[in-house]
Amino acid sequence: MESRLLVLLLTVPLALGLAGCGRHRVAAVDADEPPVIEPRVERREVDVADIDTENFELGVFAGQISVEDFGVNTVGGVRFAYHVTEGFFVEAAAGRADTEPTSFERLSGAAQLLTDSEREYTYYNVSLGYNILPGETFIGRNRAMNMALYVIGGVGSTKFAGDDRFTLNFGMGMRLLPLDWLAVHADVRDHIMDLDVLGSQKTVHNLEAHVGVTFFF
Amino acid sequence: MRYEIGRRRLRRAARALVAAVLLCGAGFAPSALAKRGAVEVVVEDPYLELHTGPGRGYPIFYVAERGETVEVLKRRTDWFRIRIPRGQEGWVPLEQMRRTLGLDGEPFDVPTFDVADLAERRWETGVLYGDFGGANVISVYGAFGMTPNLSIELWLSQALGRFSDSKIASLDIVHTMFPDRRFSPYIALGAGVVETDPKATLVAATDRSDNAAHAGAGLRAYLARRFVFRAEYKTYVVFTSRDDNEEIREWKAGFSFFF
Repeated sequence: MESRLLVLLLTVPLALGLAGCGRHRVAAVDADEPPVIEPRVERREVDVADIDTENFELGVFAGQISVEDFGVNTVGGVRFAYHVTEGFFVEAAAGRADTEPTSFERLSGAAQLLTDSEREYTYYNVSLGYNILPGETFIGRNRAMNMALYVIGGVGSTKFAGDDRFTLNFGMGMRLLPLDWLAVHADVRDHIMDLDVLGSQKTVHNLEAHVGVTFFF
Repeated sequence: MRYEIGRRRLRRAARALVAAVLLCGAGFAPSALAKRGAVEVVVEDPYLELHTGPGRGYPIFYVAERGETVEVLKRRTDWFRIRIPRGQEGWVPLEQMRRTLGLDGEPFDVPTFDVADLAERRWETGVLYGDFGGANVISVYGAFGMTPNLSIELWLSQALGRFSDSKIASLDIVHTMFPDRRFSPYIALGAGVVETDPKATLVAATDRSDNAAHAGAGLRAYLARRFVFRAEYKTYVVFTSRDDNEEIREWKAGFSFFF
């Protein structure tokens, strides 16, 4: 008796539930009628190629370069970079400086080691860089700028004292982005090459410090 | 009155100058130029996280919600700068863009590159560094792919040695054995000009320019995306004006990318 009552009690809600389902199904069939609001769907293709990519960086720099035995000189140049990933980038740079006479030339008075055109120091290099410390920096209370510290190194050639010389370079830099497409750089670079102008061949380290501005495009 | 006109003219000239400078500036920063039809997409995941910068570690400062239409402004490496309807702009990584966005049910699909694209490439360029008969050599090249197997390459190299510097320009025809595989050997044949400039410290040495022919072989390895590593060996015969021709061996390795 008790179990029969239980069966009855369970059957009633089940039947009601099924009936409810049925009603829903009927409602779904009714949806064939034209809807009250006609949706206007504008199909627009997402063309990823339309998105502006900004992986290239082009700009200028100026600073000081210490050319061993030939004084500290103003240097200026251009740089071009391609950002491969968020970490790695390749950079090509070229720079120029007019070097000073050596102390020997100054003291001796008349002796000239190099002609004016040979005194011109020009270089180019191709380097690989890696952003080691990306982050944000804060100027005042309300401004945050993205920045990154990077290490960079590569090979290149320097034309100085009448010859092209193979030059290794490595250094560090800081890239600050006041705007999305504008970067301010501060770099320190060591240019290492063999120089034989003063008699014997020796390896010289020419240290360069410069600041620059680049545009992303 | 004349003075007034002169001043007006001056002002107009100054304005034109400022406009010209601004235009030049805009040319440098094409992002400031007219946008090529804004791309809009709809957030499909519960939320889309906006980072403050395009890179690992930059904090999330805002989220876009499901159903919101966001505007994709630009791309830098694998990060996208987007603007949400409330005006905030932030950076979203590619993986999240792929997973969370779509328009009219179409997934936001960014084409990725693989070895098949390398085989189909049209243009390729790269930088290699190595040894050219004892001198350090830096080379750049540009290549045009005629078929998946055959390409023409234009090389410009500078070899910097202890006693002389050389500039080499050459044109190569390159045959890649298995263009659709990750690793592929290749062979090259070419001809060009070698310009040798002895060091200024050497006595009685003169510059000279000689024709040269070379043959070589190398290995190409597809790295990722558009990047390829390549290493090669070439042997040059320089047709000098002396009695004997000069033979130079060259080894170099470097990276290239294709598009």
